[in-house]
Amino acid sequence: MVAATPQNDRWMALPRLIADRSCRAVVGLFFAVGAAMPAVSFAQTPQPGGTLTAIIQPEPVILTAAINTAAPTGTVSGNIFDGLVDYDASLNPQPALAESWETAADGLSLTLRLRKGVLWHDGKPFTSADVKWTLENVWKTIHPRNQATFAKVKQVDTPDDNTVVLRLSEPSPAILSSLNSNGAQVLPKHLYDGTDILNNPNNNKPVGTGPFVFKEWKRGEYIVLERNPNYWAKGKPYLDKVIYKVVPDAAARSAGFEKGEIQYGSLSPVPLKDAERLGKLPGLKIETSGYEWLSPFLFLDFNVERGPLKDARVRHALARATDRKAISNVVWYGFAKPATSPVPSTLAAFHDASADKDAFDVKSADALLDEAGFKRNADGTRFSLFIDYIPYGDDFKRTAEYIKQALKRVGVDVTIRTQDTAAFTKRVYGDRDFDLSIAWFAAFSDPQIGVTRAYWSASVGKNIPWTNGSGYKNAEVDDIISKVQGEASAEKRIALFKDFQKIVLTDLPTLPLVELKFFTVQAANLKTSAIRGDQVYGSFRDFWFDVPKQN
Amino acid sequence: MIPVSVRFFGRRALQLVIVVLGIAITNFFLLRLAPGDAAQVLAGEAGSATPEYLAALRKQFGLDQPLPVQFALYLRNLLSLNLGFSFRQGLPVLELIAQRLPATLLLMGTSITFALLVGSAMGVAAARRAGRATDTVISSIALLFYATPVFWTGIMLIVVFSVWLDWLPVGGMTSIERGYTGLAYLKDVAAHLVIPATTLGLFFLAVYTRLMRAAMIDVQQQDFVRTAVAKGLRPGRIAYRHVVRNALLPVLTMLGVQVGAVLGGAVLVETVFSWPGLGRLAFEALFQRDLNLLLGILLCSSVVVVLANAAIDFLYTVLDPRIELS
Repeated sequence: MVAATPQNDRWMALPRLIADRSCRAVVGLFFAVGAAMPAVSFAQTPQPGGTLTAIIQPEPVILTAAINTAAPTGTVSGNIFDGLVDYDASLNPQPALAESWETAADGLSLTLRLRKGVLWHDGKPFTSADVKWTLENVWKTIHPRNQATFAKVKQVDTPDDNTVVLRLSEPSPAILSSLNSNGAQVLPKHLYDGTDILNNPNNNKPVGTGPFVFKEWKRGEYIVLERNPNYWAKGKPYLDKVIYKVVPDAAARSAGFEKGEIQYGSLSPVPLKDAERLGKLPGLKIETSGYEWLSPFLFLDFNVERGPLKDARVRHALARATDRKAISNVVWYGFAKPATSPVPSTLAAFHDASADKDAFDVKSADALLDEAGFKRNADGTRFSLFIDYIPYGDDFKRTAEYIKQALKRVGVDVTIRTQDTAAFTKRVYGDRDFDLSIAWFAAFSDPQIGVTRAYWSASVGKNIPWTNGSGYKNAEVDDIISKVQGEASAEKRIALFKDFQKIVLTDLPTLPLVELKFFTVQAANLKTSAIRGDQVYGSFRDFWFDVPKQN
Repeated sequence: MIPVSVRFFGRRALQLVIVVLGIAITNFFLLRLAPGDAAQVLAGEAGSATPEYLAALRKQFGLDQPLPVQFALYLRNLLSLNLGFSFRQGLPVLELIAQRLPATLLLMGTSITFALLVGSAMGVAAARRAGRATDTVISSIALLFYATPVFWTGIMLIVVFSVWLDWLPVGGMTSIERGYTGLAYLKDVAAHLVIPATTLGLFFLAVYTRLMRAAMIDVQQQDFVRTAVAKGLRPGRIAYRHVVRNALLPVLTMLGVQVGAVLGGAVLVETVFSWPGLGRLAFEALFQRDLNLLLGILLCSSVVVVLANAAIDFLYTVLDPRIELS
């Protein structure tokens, strides 16, 4: 998640900075020449060497994504660990630690053939035993997402060192969409077996198989990774070193990019209003691909157990009073796309664009509220509500402010409440003491992994963050959710998800607001052959500097 | 008969134990009033969670124990001088504090020294020309720095000196990518220190200037100064020998307060400049409900406050022989 400590909320507009002169003149000349030459000749000749300085914010808690799925951990960890597969821009699996894979015709087993000759950073060989051990002891027991994803795995066979066979109780196609280094990170069995996994010291000084080796973590300052000389992809990685710096202040991050001290930052590292300006500087560019695997969407939960919100007509009225285009263009500076369904349009196969029933229409909103029996008082208001928002930065707060304004037009008086993350998740997912709540989820590449959790009735009020916040309970929806998990046929799953979207957009416990477009700020001379669909948690394996930066 | 100084330090030591223990116990229960716990924060950051994951985290953090048991464990640790373990960070609290201590002491030490010296000098200058143009200018400057939010001063200094002029680095404490060692490393840290220490120093400076100025003006009107003037002493000698020394007491009190707060660091400045100090560590620990770490930092801070106060009381007797240790 894009967690942000509240001090990031308070960020200030930097005055328009003049690109500095003197020593930068040479660099400017270089860019001018670079732009004039055919881009291909530059982009396709990787240059070895150089140190990449990137932003990591907030500072990770631990560096092992198998144990903590937080965004900063995933960002760093993706360089140290390989995935079994990578995902390309269309979210198709590509060989990584697994060279090939096949699902049995009956869908009840998945065979992975592992790459030979891969070594852990401590020199021990990587084998099928590592995969089996991690699946049984980490993914199925403590991993917050994978307990559900791998729930149908009843047995893991390892006929030889390079073959893993997952035996399934029911077909489980979602597994193949969650096998990268973030979705299913393989840990070295020889360092973890028999230890207290959550407290294993290697969580903080990880030993992986990835393109970069963990070197040093100075808390509050930086994390240093060095090139893995024994990496299985010969000649890669190109970079000698990757340094992640912890820079807690947003304005300081902008200044760091501007000055060239920092060459890479993912997950929208600077405020939206700064992104456009930085993107226009010759030495920087803004990239919005690389987040397809996350497919983040922002939504508004209605507490369906409270007051006027119990009435679906009221929920539809509030939806129609909300202009999702304005949220995209004004509140999110265009770094968003209006959402019409809880299944984001990036998951093209599953997405149903026609299920939305609530186009922006203030008149119809007013009429619906009248019909539901909530007439305006003498002062023009019908009722009042509280709105709480996920405290991950200014953009979420502005969304709450926009909704306050929008609902005022239809006579609903909204009060914004602010709190920190712990208080917010307890209020919404534990105490259920809220009316409206704004949060974002990652949908991931299969809606079973990231979307259905918002509608599954069993998690209501259990104080489990990022589950069903609205309190929605519908047996039919629960039934669809359990059916898609064990359905092998892609067509049937798609049909089930289309039904799902129709029902939840009719009952509307949750209003999808916008699909978020996270962005990366990077140096213009930092190149890569292809940005992966899961680049956000991927590695710098394929990145190089056009002209290696001198150390 | 026990000497006065031994009795003084003995009593202060006892006081230290009682105060620190009281603070520790109060903090333990006070911090638990915050909604949510560390497991929930961690699960929140993870972006997804299950009841099993939360239960595993609570067990790991010891949060599955009843409160009295947690308290007993905490007391036992405390009495054996063990600050406990930060499960979130996976490191002992003492080690985490020790990692941040050098950066904190460097930043706070430099800025307080800068503020004390420059601020007092400005105060003396203002007092000697009280009511005249110099005084007005100095007082206005001091007030301006005091009234400007530190993060704004910090960002403006970054914009001017780092981005425009490119004289100094934007933030952090070292240029890790350069791999400096020895003298070059020290020069590098010094370059990183300039802007944050100045930012914080300018904020502190105003307090010393105003205190020094007020105290000087007060002392200047006292009889012994009139006597010195009547004796025909040069004004400079009167000012430095008689007035400044007597005017130092309130400045010293202020210094005690600031030195006491040194472990608290300076959250805003540390944040703006990515300075790896204790203030940020404590601030983040609060939001992360990392209570062991927060309790550890607060405990160390309270020890420093009590020690700084004792030291200042002792220094009073050195500066002003009329004050006795009691």
